[in-house]
Amino acid sequence: MKTATLRLAAAAALSFGAITAGAAEFTSIDQTASRVTFQYAQMGVGMDGSFARFSARLKFDPAHPEAGHATLEIPLASIDTGSTEGNEEVKAKNWFNTAVHPVARFESTSFKALGDNHYEVAGKLTIKGQARAVTAPFTFEPQGKTATVKGSFELKRNDFAIGEGEWADTTIVADEIRINFQLRALQTAP
Amino acid sequence: MTKTYTRTAISLHWLMALGLIGAFSLGVYMHELPLSPFKLKLYSWHKWTGVSLFMLVLVRLTWRLSHPAPPLPASMPAVLRVLAHATHVALYVLMLAIPLTGWLMSSAKGFQTVWFGVVPLPDLLSRNAELGDLLQSVHEVLNLSMAALVVAHIGAALKHHFIDRDDILRRMLPGNRSNSA
Repeated sequence: MKTATLRLAAAAALSFGAITAGAAEFTSIDQTASRVTFQYAQMGVGMDGSFARFSARLKFDPAHPEAGHATLEIPLASIDTGSTEGNEEVKAKNWFNTAVHPVARFESTSFKALGDNHYEVAGKLTIKGQARAVTAPFTFEPQGKTATVKGSFELKRNDFAIGEGEWADTTIVADEIRINFQLRALQTAP
Repeated sequence: MTKTYTRTAISLHWLMALGLIGAFSLGVYMHELPLSPFKLKLYSWHKWTGVSLFMLVLVRLTWRLSHPAPPLPASMPAVLRVLAHATHVALYVLMLAIPLTGWLMSSAKGFQTVWFGVVPLPDLLSRNAELGDLLQSVHEVLNLSMAALVVAHIGAALKHHFIDRDDILRRMLPGNRSNSA
């Protein structure tokens, strides 16, 4: 009888511990240590681009990924396409039309654990008024109160009308754009 | 001593002439165009031609070093001989330097060169807008220098043919009977 009580107490203590650990929720992104980049091909030549600015909101506990939520907003005028001429061009109507649609937005709908620090986020990506469902696998590696998040996914620019008219030709600029994100998540506000 | 160029040397000379005029005209035309898919195509074609011409000039130099050019006519004044040699050396240097600066400029501007969209050339420089602009100026100045030298080269060949009435121009023409292999 005594042993059973002890066991119960031990179990209670353990589950309490688990709940405490479960409270290890990551609630913000350190933007100075985070990068959103992309890769595409132009005339068969690989190009690297990035966004100088973005803002992210995060609520993610690796122990309870299903309760996670994330949004990412990117002011498209902060783009670096890999060339100066390209940076001006993509703000134009045929591309992002930043005057009308200044921001690209991702909002998560669900997270799931794939095991061993690997997760997958599904959500809605809205660019230039077009919304598409996307999923992105990522790794989440906690180091104390910070964590390194790394992942990527591919989008098709023509799904979002990025590059209309003569630019829609995917033999010049490939349809597939790979988006990479490397973020530093924090358990506290940055 | 041979009096004429080999057929190989003649073929290489005219192939390079065609390629250089083509790449030069393309370069002059394309760089003022507003950005468009067509412009991106032209840039790729220009770069592919440049890489091809660079390899062709290496072949040509190898051939030239192993098959000496026929001597200049004995009647030619020493000053003109020196001038002729200097022009030829300068043209070879430019034929090497122009594609090299184009390649480096492209890397500095953030565009890798992928020959015919298949063979990637390494980027020796990382992206740097200022360096890219500087290399563009160098590429332009070298091209204008080459254009001036080509005009002098053609002018000299015509002078030899029509005024001096020697065989300088004829010996570089295809279909010349005295050409050897």
